Amino acid sequence: MLAEHDNAVLLAATRNVITAALQAAGAVDVLVVGSGCAAVAQEAAGIAGVGRVLLADAPHFEAGLAENVAPQVEGLARGYTHVFAAASSFGKNVLPRVAARLDCAQISDAIAVLGPDTYSRPIYAGNAIATVRCSDPILCITVRPTSFGAAADGGAASVEAVAAVPDAGLSRFVKREFAKSDRPDLAGAKVVVSGGRGLGSAEHFRMLDTLAHRLNAALGASRAAVDAGFAPNDWQVGQTGKIVAPNLYIAVGISGAIQHLAGMKDSKVIVAINKDPDAPIFQVADYGLVADLFQAVPELIEKLG
Amino acid sequence: MKVLVCVKRVVDYNVKVRVKPDQSGVDVANVKMSMNPFDEIAVEEAVRLKEAGIATEVVAVSCGPAQCQETLRTALAIGADRAILVQTDAELQPLGVAKLLAAVVGREQPRITMLGKQAIDDDANQTGQMLAALCGMPQATFASKLTVADGWAEVVREVDGGLETVAVRLPAVVTSDLRLNEPRYVTLPNIMKAKKKPLETLTVESLGVDATPRCVTVQVAEPPARKAGTIVPDVATLVAKLREEAKVIS
Repeated sequence: MLAEHDNAVLLAATRNVITAALQAAGAVDVLVVGSGCAAVAQEAAGIAGVGRVLLADAPHFEAGLAENVAPQVEGLARGYTHVFAAASSFGKNVLPRVAARLDCAQISDAIAVLGPDTYSRPIYAGNAIATVRCSDPILCITVRPTSFGAAADGGAASVEAVAAVPDAGLSRFVKREFAKSDRPDLAGAKVVVSGGRGLGSAEHFRMLDTLAHRLNAALGASRAAVDAGFAPNDWQVGQTGKIVAPNLYIAVGISGAIQHLAGMKDSKVIVAINKDPDAPIFQVADYGLVADLFQAVPELIEKLG
Repeated sequence: MKVLVCVKRVVDYNVKVRVKPDQSGVDVANVKMSMNPFDEIAVEEAVRLKEAGIATEVVAVSCGPAQCQETLRTALAIGADRAILVQTDAELQPLGVAKLLAAVVGREQPRITMLGKQAIDDDANQTGQMLAALCGMPQATFASKLTVADGWAEVVREVDGGLETVAVRLPAVVTSDLRLNEPRYVTLPNIMKAKKKPLETLTVESLGVDATPRCVTVQVAEPPARKAGTIVPDVATLVAKLREEAKVIS
């Protein structure tokens, strides 16, 4: 299992992928590839079910570039039957490169493990669920984290350093621009408040801030809201953005296009606030409120106290 | 420099697909087909590279049945110079497609190969990365900005948490995200011109590639349906329901 981290802490989704890997294989080793990331390896070693932690630590792994990470994974993968990673932007970038180098297939975004070689995964923006079986000697699988529980602490695995492959020299990291937010991470939040084109402007979008604050929710957005500049790109929920499955998803001014539903329809409870009673979002909403959001949202904030 | 752009014919993004009653797949008979939206963005970017004087030739390629010619004609109408169809009626999966495209890359020797980041039918998000691996090239996936200079491409990538900029040495593979550009409308005169542009057809055998599928689709099922919800009359009722019935807020 290829761990995902920022060289300081393990990404929470790694624990969900370990759960999936244990269902498929019964024994899981975790590979940590990074720079100055011994603390990450220690954290992984403490997760229940982890057999060994392999640590490849070198300066050219700092940014997680696929050209450097993939050969490292490939070399070690030859001793395994499965290679797992999260279906995050990191896992999606690196794992197909590993699979091709191994001449093995990849199964993307698995939502259930039906056997060591059989998995189910959504296709057509989640409008169909395919069950696929693959008999390649090594199988690469990216896992949808929201479909699996998080593995808890309680392990005592050993951490073993492995030799780092050399820098491929094909690419270099330039910079990273991450929006700072005190809101919970979108992919792992228990409550998500999402806004669409109906908000009308970036200023109006801030109205959702107060609501999200009250509910300790992460903020999300439809593609229309992102394209209109109301919200940053990485808030986009949908087929091509983030896939979320919170306990509560509140869609405000979102019509509910196929591509948006693909990212949120596994939420436990869906609330839709929209003035158009025919909006497709009402077909998936557990609770729908047909109302002007500019009246309903302030009233909702007030009622929540 | 030469730019190769890879396009796929898929069910149009506005179509709500239906699973076949025998669960063998989705019903694509008599359904509107279009160019995969991400590939349209890739073609637009390649054509813009030509208009900027960076690319000298844009070659579009597609793998699949004869009908993919229509998809390639669309790419030619956007502004690609010529097209290649690797024609086969056999099922293709991402690794097989990546191998076919790697053979075309070997023939054409492009400096930049552009693809969409994923096809909206299989949602795999694999082919570009696999192609880069097979060609030993660097990859810049999920691109929202592309700048080419001095034998390197600088690419802004859309990643979890925000944006990341990487530089990749050419030749390289770039996969487009939605925000890379706004594809132009194809005009009738350009559709007419596209009909006269060269379209070469190759076979899988002539490329010497084994593109046999590696995975078997055992079943395709409808996703679990959500049970119908209720429309609440006002905010007070909504809050009460969320507190007492759904118990998702305190």
